Amino acid sequence: MPKSDTKNSNNMNKENKTTPTKKIEELQTHKERKTVLMQGNEAVAYGALDAGCNFFAGYPITPSTEIAEILAAELPKRGGVFVQMEDELGSICAVIGASLAGAKALTATSGPGFSLMQEGIGFARSTETPCVVVDVQRVGPSTGMPTSCAQGDIQQSRWGTHGDSPAIVLYPDSVKESYELTIRAINLSEKYRTCVILLLDEVLGHMREAVRLPDMANVRVISRIKPTVPPQWYKHYENTEKYPSPMYSFGEGYRFHVTGLTHDVLGFPTNKPNEAAEMMSKLKKKITYNIRDLVQIESFQMEDAKIAVFAAGITARSAKAAVTLARKEGIPAGLLRPLTIWPFPDDAVRKMLRNVDTVIVPELNQGQLIREIERLVKDRSDSKLIKIQRVDSKLIPPQDILQKIKEGI
Amino acid sequence: MPTIPQKIIHEYLRHDKKFPHVWCAGCSNGIVLGSIIRAIAGMNLDRNDIVMVSGIGCSSRMPVYVDFNTLHTLHGRAIAFATGIKLHKPHLKVIVVTGDGDCAAIGGNHLIHAARRNIDLSVIMLNNNIYGMTGGQVSPTTPHKAYATTAPYGNIEPDFDVCKLAIGAGATYVARTTAFHTQETQNMVKEAIEHPGFALIEVICACPVIYGRLNKKGGAPEMMKEMRDNSIPLAAVDKLPPEKVQGKIIRGVLHKDIRPEYCALYADLVKKAQALGGSE
Amino acid sequence: MPKKVQKDRIGMIIREEDTPEKMEVELPEIKETGDESSPVLIYYNWCKKCGICVAFCPTGCLGRKADGSPYVLAPEKCIHCETCDLLCPDFAITGAKER
Repeated sequence: MPKSDTKNSNNMNKENKTTPTKKIEELQTHKERKTVLMQGNEAVAYGALDAGCNFFAGYPITPSTEIAEILAAELPKRGGVFVQMEDELGSICAVIGASLAGAKALTATSGPGFSLMQEGIGFARSTETPCVVVDVQRVGPSTGMPTSCAQGDIQQSRWGTHGDSPAIVLYPDSVKESYELTIRAINLSEKYRTCVILLLDEVLGHMREAVRLPDMANVRVISRIKPTVPPQWYKHYENTEKYPSPMYSFGEGYRFHVTGLTHDVLGFPTNKPNEAAEMMSKLKKKITYNIRDLVQIESFQMEDAKIAVFAAGITARSAKAAVTLARKEGIPAGLLRPLTIWPFPDDAVRKMLRNVDTVIVPELNQGQLIREIERLVKDRSDSKLIKIQRVDSKLIPPQDILQKIKEGI
Repeated sequence: MPTIPQKIIHEYLRHDKKFPHVWCAGCSNGIVLGSIIRAIAGMNLDRNDIVMVSGIGCSSRMPVYVDFNTLHTLHGRAIAFATGIKLHKPHLKVIVVTGDGDCAAIGGNHLIHAARRNIDLSVIMLNNNIYGMTGGQVSPTTPHKAYATTAPYGNIEPDFDVCKLAIGAGATYVARTTAFHTQETQNMVKEAIEHPGFALIEVICACPVIYGRLNKKGGAPEMMKEMRDNSIPLAAVDKLPPEKVQGKIIRGVLHKDIRPEYCALYADLVKKAQALGGSE
Repeated sequence: MPKKVQKDRIGMIIREEDTPEKMEVELPEIKETGDESSPVLIYYNWCKKCGICVAFCPTGCLGRKADGSPYVLAPEKCIHCETCDLLCPDFAITGAKER
């Protein structure tokens, strides 16, 4: 990010009478990293900036528009590019184009836009081009309730695009964590050269919490590394087993081809079965061989828990309150929360199932999370699964979960 | 490597790609590719700074054959990808190769907005009036009453004049030529690349195997002859009586003016923002 | 190539497919017409016999064989105008003076 040393106080000439709007001035105060009241979407925007994001292409959609608004003000100051495209299709494509040209590119949308971006997400995964899509979920299906909360895109973030392409999807449950996971999403996208999706809940995107962002010094940022081979030996899709695998961008002296067609190691289209198999296995292994690095979970009071709650995002906060209340009443309850929703934390859930006989799965949809637990509980007949599903746009209060915990014991 | 007689072309082709290329016998895509290469060869640009982006379709199989930074994107989205590349690295020369369906049908929204923004892209639309890759379906530029596999009784829809559409949307360089007029194509490609703004060249192409057969236009030579005889230069339009102009392909630079280019506008915005906000 | 045969329980052949060996790309052997002195050089490996060069050669120097492919009918008529170069969709012919 090019440093700009022009101090703006004295040279405010008549011409740019239009001083920035109040909101932007208020945002500028965050420079000194003191504790501020920050909105979830804001945290995502600042996470992106701190992770080195220098390109945003997006389209207005409630409840993620604040991310675009903030980046529209902050990116130009850092020499980055902000563009509001004509639709979400243009947004994801501009993001991938910029990434191929070397940018750290990100877009933010919500349900309807997320559906439009699926083909682009598939293209990014197939061509192994780093980018991040932030999906601030809202009540669906279709236009649904734009300002109300739901967790209905969980399976879409995994299976939304056609064809087999493994996904990396992160899921924060607080404003601070939104900041942290945005940085982690950009880092993972650069490291594993794929499209990483960040799921937020509408409530999280819009609510404000007191947050003190870490100083830049201790923000760990990963960027793609440059190959050392001479141009004629450069293979854009070399299977390096080790990540980040070196990658060039357009305009850096290495001319290569990128296509949405199934490609060979060089990037040219191929119809050969063995090369197609090789490409597909590389895309898969990139995720399955690095589960340990990718999966992050929070286990809260699970050490001696007899009954556990498995929840993600905003619902996990109610679950944590319920677990705390249950503990006060002497009930050995615990919470397991995935920060990485895909690849799904199978091992952590299996471990939980071994020493816990009842699992409660509260979620703001009609069973998108619980089906993953059912998949893992199949071979263990004695575990009991209790579901709490709510799709009336209201959040699940801790009392509802507490009541199920009591029933479950 | 077999010695390819045409020296200029030889230098710009990717040798590890399988030749002869994928297009049918007599298809104009190969001719236009030759014209594009000859135009670029005459401009002594640094190959590392040229990016060729294409969508999906017959003409969009072009980038894989040329030794530039090449990108074969999604159907209709070439211009959106190109916008992303150009905004991040404005010094790159971004050429978009696209077809009539790819550009004016599914990609229409990106076409008109890129034109409105006047971003410095050179869009070469190869218009063969049909969806060739998928076997001959009707496209927005298929003439009224012409036949296509999805217009077996003749196309009832009126077609687009993509050049007028682009001019209306704000493109600052719009030209039309045919694949037969290779010299004119070369000049226009050169001008488009040098033009600081959104440039669209519509190249009328022949698709003998599909469009030609469905509409009984004869083989490739006959379709090329029709291009030659059925088109008139822009300068001649006002000299000829109206009935001579009616139904003819009008070739030439239809529109050219200068408007602030989008990347330049954005660079000013960055200066202004940094002056106001004082970045970290 | 050895066939990989897939049989069902009662021995009926379900699928028979050649095992895809390493598909090496067979290099096109170079077959060019005439010697260096010929004014027009045609590269038959790439020529798709579309007939455009023959139709548009201004002096009728090129002729078309039964199978549609071009050949140099009258070498002396060639004026090196390179129309065939420009109009060949497959870059398979050149009338240029220096090659």
